Amino acid sequence: MFNYYIKLAFNSFKRNPILTGLMITAIALGIGASMTTITVNYLMSADPIPEKSSQLFHVQVDSWDPNHGFNDEPNTPPNQLTWTDATNLMSAKKAFRQTAMAKSGAIIQPSSPDINPFEASIRLAFKDFFPMFNVPFKYGNGWDQQADDDRQLVVVLSKEINDKVFAGENSVGNSIVIFGQSFRVIGVLDAWQPLPKFYDVNNGAFDEPEDLFMPFYLKQELELPNWGNTNCWKTPEGEGFTAFLQSECINFQMWVELKTPQDKQAYMSFLNNYVNDQKELGRFPRPLNNQLLNVMQWMDDQDVVADDAQIMMWLSFMFLVVCLLNTIGLQLAKFSAKSGEIGLRRAVGATKRDLFMQYTVETGAVGFAGGLFGLVLALLGLIGIRQLYGEVLNDLASLDLTMIALALVLSLLASICAGLYPTWRACNIAPASQLKSQ
Amino acid sequence: MLTMKDIKKIYRTDSIETHALRDFNLHVNEGDFVAVTGPSGSGKTTFLNIAGLLETFEEGRFELDGVDISHQNDAARSRLRNQKIGFVFQSFNLIPDLNLFDNVDVPLRYRGFSRQERKKRIEHNLEMVGLGNRMKHLPAQLSGGQQQRVAIARALAGEPRFLLADEPTGNLDSSMAQSVMALLKDINANGTTIIMVTHDAGLATQANRNIHVSDGKVSEKAMSLSPEAAQFKPSQHKRVVGLSE
Repeated sequence: MFNYYIKLAFNSFKRNPILTGLMITAIALGIGASMTTITVNYLMSADPIPEKSSQLFHVQVDSWDPNHGFNDEPNTPPNQLTWTDATNLMSAKKAFRQTAMAKSGAIIQPSSPDINPFEASIRLAFKDFFPMFNVPFKYGNGWDQQADDDRQLVVVLSKEINDKVFAGENSVGNSIVIFGQSFRVIGVLDAWQPLPKFYDVNNGAFDEPEDLFMPFYLKQELELPNWGNTNCWKTPEGEGFTAFLQSECINFQMWVELKTPQDKQAYMSFLNNYVNDQKELGRFPRPLNNQLLNVMQWMDDQDVVADDAQIMMWLSFMFLVVCLLNTIGLQLAKFSAKSGEIGLRRAVGATKRDLFMQYTVETGAVGFAGGLFGLVLALLGLIGIRQLYGEVLNDLASLDLTMIALALVLSLLASICAGLYPTWRACNIAPASQLKSQ
Repeated sequence: MLTMKDIKKIYRTDSIETHALRDFNLHVNEGDFVAVTGPSGSGKTTFLNIAGLLETFEEGRFELDGVDISHQNDAARSRLRNQKIGFVFQSFNLIPDLNLFDNVDVPLRYRGFSRQERKKRIEHNLEMVGLGNRMKHLPAQLSGGQQQRVAIARALAGEPRFLLADEPTGNLDSSMAQSVMALLKDINANGTTIIMVTHDAGLATQANRNIHVSDGKVSEKAMSLSPEAAQFKPSQHKRVVGLSE
């Protein structure tokens, strides 16, 4: 019977093209608006590293002002670390993998005279950065412990920088001048765009990864500038770069990989002991308040999904409801015009269940068509968002297969729900009253 | 075969109660061709709707082909309608966007016949009413008489025991009315019991039994049958009926 119902649905579309067109348009508008905002929210809140997001933990220790909590929140530890804490925690090597990080930038001077010097962003990190975050390599590898310890001038290039400076060739072993120093290229990344950029959300959760990756201690060695957010609760004691590194200013992030809950518990004990030791040295004036949040907890804690994006999503759902209410009205009108046919079908033996199935299939077909049209509108909406917000949301404005399937299922369910009342009414039409009047 | 005993039907609105049928008693035998006449509002159509299981009743007992209807739920009544009853309406009630083949197909779909069986029955019945060469036409492309014959083909496709006709010639001119009446008589002659509501006394006299409904009650007329009706005897075997206008 399903095929029969599909055939009847198409007959019905042909009989009432305007009403059907209006219903499809109403559903498409609602689905288009909803899918646009759902897609942005979905991509914003996606797990950027699902295979191990529950084993990666962002390290926070509360080194902040005794009189005011970080961001005036009494129970929130700072979202970054001081140089002192980052290097101390790294030296302890208490986690399976660990990396402190900082963002910086410098001028690259390509050897080719055809390419002008340009500014590039730098991620300063430890060797574990690459295996911890499953960073893909096109050529070569990351550096080793020796390079970290010896502060070697080695660099890993992003794919884009390698394309630009070395025309996409395997540049491993080549030299490149950065910040006036000659670095040896030891690796080139493949395309890599974690969304959100979870390892450093407080410096732009949807920014591109950095252009260059180099050992962390080069920050101190070369006195590389601070990029990204730097917060201080008291003025550094003294002038200059070394004073900044010794201050209570926070500009460094740290992640650890802990494979089991026991490992996490042990690492937390280590952190608490570390802070207690520091308290004895006159630091950490606030109560003990250390935190280890895994990737998704950290995304949530940092409000990676912007409030206005969520508000937009709920508004679009309300718009969808309005569109569905319109669809209900149109469906009532359509079924009202069919009351003669409904009476006839009942008279010749259709049960209420038969009619319910027939009209549910018809409503579902309208919903499916509305979903397809809605997908086109959603694509247009996402293009509009890209135009509006530029590169920031470039990677968030695309529909994947999951979203396409969701759009069609949402459209189908929404239209069937909207059709329930009209369908129920249609099934309960008294056949006798319709047969005489037709 | 069809027995109604003390049937009472009341239509209610907020302030008005209308007694459409009261103490309505009737027995129809297999093979009867019953013409039901009566003034407007007398309860003829209400009786036909109850007989066709399209409406329920307040009191009384109704047996159709040995089944006590008062104990049947809506789905069971739908099945009975589908299997035992064919309807012919004054305004034909064809579905305008379905061609003749698909219109006749409608009751068969709910019967669960195979595609092959449905095709055989549809073609047979459309041939029987003289429209075998117009199966792909839409109802709007036919005359009123032809549309009514399609409706009759649809009613007969499931080989029902009863054919209920509500003013089947009411929308037709006299020559078309006569040809439809002739078709109904042939169908009855093939063994199908027919109950026909009509305002046309001339057509009523062509049935082999005539009842008069007045104020929701039956008064059977001991009317003299027309010569054609007197010769009218249901046969035991079906035959193909050809018709042309």
